[in-house]
Amino acid sequence: MTRVLGVAGILLALYVGLIGTYWQNSPASEPAEKSLERLGNNLIDVTSLQGRYGIITLGAALVIITGGIDLSIGSVVGCSAVLFGVLLESGVHPYAAVPLVVLFGAAVGLVNALLITRLKLQPFLVTLCGMFVYRGVARLMAGTVSYDASVSAHPEFAGALSQVRFLLVGKDASGAVVFPAQFVLLLVLAGVVGFFLHRTAYGRYWYAIGHNELAAKYAGVNVNRHRASAYVICSALASFAGVLLLLDSPDVRSQSGGLYLELYAILGAVLGGCSLRGGEGLAVGMVLGAMVLPVLENLVSLRGLGNDVIPAVIGLTLLLGTIVDELIRRRSRVHR
Amino acid sequence: MTPPATASARATPRLHASGISKRFPGVVALDGVGLSLAPGEVLAVIGENGAGKSTLMKIVAGVYQPDTGQVSLDGRLVHFVGPADAIAAGVSLIHQELNLAENLTVLDNLFLGREVTTAGPLRVLDRRAMAARGAELLARVGLVPARLHTRVEGLAPGEKQLVEIARALGTEVRVLIMDEPTSSLTQRETEKLYEVIDSLRAAGVSVLYISHRLAEVKRCADRVTVLRDGRNAGELAGPDITHDRMVRLMVGRDMTHYHPKVHRSGTGGAAALTLSQLRYRGGPETPVSLEVKAGEILGMAGLVGAGRTELAEAVFGVRDTVAGQVLVEGRPVSVRSPEDAIRAGVLLVPEDRRLHGLIVPESVGFNISLPNLDRLGSVFGVRRTAESSLHATWIDRLRVKTPSAEQPVGLLSGGNQQKVVYGKWLARDPRVLILDEPTRGVDVGAKAEIYSLIDELAGRGVAVWMITSDMEELLGMSDRVAVMHEGRLAGILTGGELTEEAVMRLATGASGP
Repeated sequence: MTRVLGVAGILLALYVGLIGTYWQNSPASEPAEKSLERLGNNLIDVTSLQGRYGIITLGAALVIITGGIDLSIGSVVGCSAVLFGVLLESGVHPYAAVPLVVLFGAAVGLVNALLITRLKLQPFLVTLCGMFVYRGVARLMAGTVSYDASVSAHPEFAGALSQVRFLLVGKDASGAVVFPAQFVLLLVLAGVVGFFLHRTAYGRYWYAIGHNELAAKYAGVNVNRHRASAYVICSALASFAGVLLLLDSPDVRSQSGGLYLELYAILGAVLGGCSLRGGEGLAVGMVLGAMVLPVLENLVSLRGLGNDVIPAVIGLTLLLGTIVDELIRRRSRVHR
Repeated sequence: MTPPATASARATPRLHASGISKRFPGVVALDGVGLSLAPGEVLAVIGENGAGKSTLMKIVAGVYQPDTGQVSLDGRLVHFVGPADAIAAGVSLIHQELNLAENLTVLDNLFLGREVTTAGPLRVLDRRAMAARGAELLARVGLVPARLHTRVEGLAPGEKQLVEIARALGTEVRVLIMDEPTSSLTQRETEKLYEVIDSLRAAGVSVLYISHRLAEVKRCADRVTVLRDGRNAGELAGPDITHDRMVRLMVGRDMTHYHPKVHRSGTGGAAALTLSQLRYRGGPETPVSLEVKAGEILGMAGLVGAGRTELAEAVFGVRDTVAGQVLVEGRPVSVRSPEDAIRAGVLLVPEDRRLHGLIVPESVGFNISLPNLDRLGSVFGVRRTAESSLHATWIDRLRVKTPSAEQPVGLLSGGNQQKVVYGKWLARDPRVLILDEPTRGVDVGAKAEIYSLIDELAGRGVAVWMITSDMEELLGMSDRVAVMHEGRLAGILTGGELTEEAVMRLATGASGP
């Protein structure tokens, strides 16, 4: 719980910094309404990104809670975005293409899960291999896919596709973002995940497995099945994020779409209070944790530091967070 | 100079502690405790869990610093700032959970942190010198030199204990502190440990010995100091060291019906669990057939490695069975996982509760709920009120000492942790309860409570299969005793045949009861 408050504090500080920087940067001649509008648009962009990162963070966090890890998230996002584009271009109705892509993700998760639970392979290795495999699959399928290409390939679905885009990423017919739909989706999904995690037996089993797989097994928990479910959910969410990526971007290249997103997801989960040792984490923390990185990135680029410093800033932030967390933990440790 | 085994208290004590107090946030662990130890004396420190034994030992060994009070070693005041400091002065603590590096060899462990090296800044290991010295140390604890190059993970628990002692001997130890040294040892290994303690005593090493097993204390201690609630409760020496007097000092009252046989008839009813020609993967060739009757306590004895735990795990579905059948109340059941066993009403209280029995960082309530969630709700959530009434019921009925159901179970004492393991199962109305070392690391008071609970359960018709290495417990609680030897059932003892000698004869492979 202190962890959640901590990340909320960091987030607040970042937002204050962001708005302050904005104010500082706006030219004095510009009328205040104009500045506010620009700020608003910028915040909507940031919020959309937070939504998409948050969705993959939820999945990564579930896997981490059960004591596993999924390094294939970024490749699954990219592969799913490409698959979505290919399906659309080959004439699949948009309303059918979205569930198909999510189903593909679930299948990927099932493969990961079976390798991990049945063959007892290490999650790190299985998903590291997956990271390469699904990137490769994406590149075999297509070079570049885009919303516009899909529309021009099948103009008869343009209306339906536009509806899907409005619902999922909040872009109107002209392509302008009207509302951060991805963030709304995140909140809905986080609500569902939170319900399962904190209110149902499934959540108990996930925590129990993460803390002590053997004791969970001895208590009659079907450890394999519940571990597997976490991987399936994780990859399905990653695929869904792939759908969002295609709808939200001018184009998606199979080489780079979703690159490094697994690291963003893991970072978000850890910032939000999940321990890589397993067994810890709250749904609310996952949302807050995932919100940190987009704001941070935005702040860095607004301050004119250039995109090149972003990785270093992200790394140092996480390191700082980890150190503070460890210090808090040490102080509150009970002597016995 | 070899001082006599029971040196008079008037000579300068090897170790003297007085007025030791230590408080932790919210708890006074020790309140003006003292103890005195002569050279070459074996002093047992006993008391219930939470009485302050471990804290006192850790202060003596430099792990903790006392708030008030003094410790002196051979007449000189000492202030150890850490365990390394204490070891340098000749005070070594052997922990309950052994502190050996499992992946290294015995030799590496003996010299860990104080390796013998050739001169020069490269610190090249002088393996030959270490091997020679290591063999000497092993000889003092009765281990063969061939053991030097074995990796520690390959040793039996008893051997690990002896390696720890050998390591301490390598530091010119003057005071050796052993915290529950026999909790994971077999009878034979325990005997070996006694011999080593005797030879240490003869060599003038003073031993501080913490144990819950009173028979053991009686066997090897010259003197006994009893702690209760962080204070000295009394001292016993020589012939005064009797079971009853120790228990009385520890709990501050008389213990009647320590091993109760109040609720059950002792004969049992129909067979509740039947193993028919059962073999399991990785187990012995000889199949095992066994019957546990409703309402009886079937004790199971055997040396470590006799395959008792493994057999129980096979019945509980943790190990795969390869031949034979398991019948519950006469009906064959197919047990492929603990889930199946639990569904059939066969429940296991495992030997290692921190590894198999509990999710240690989670709360008492979480642990009690875990196997019962199927009865507490559906896909649409766990019913909170049903859950908290389940927690309240079992915390209350088992008298678990915890501030609330939200308390992390790892913060409870061993006895209370064990009660939580019972609580999570009893909520399910077991038909067959398999207990693997039911009171390991549990203090006397909680032990008595667990015994009367087991008795009550058997009285209600539960078939209890109790695996134990504690002879007192075995003889005191069992209606019948099955003895295992090298994976096979060596014999079953009942009534008058049930003696310690008969059990040991069967367990060590001698034929016939």
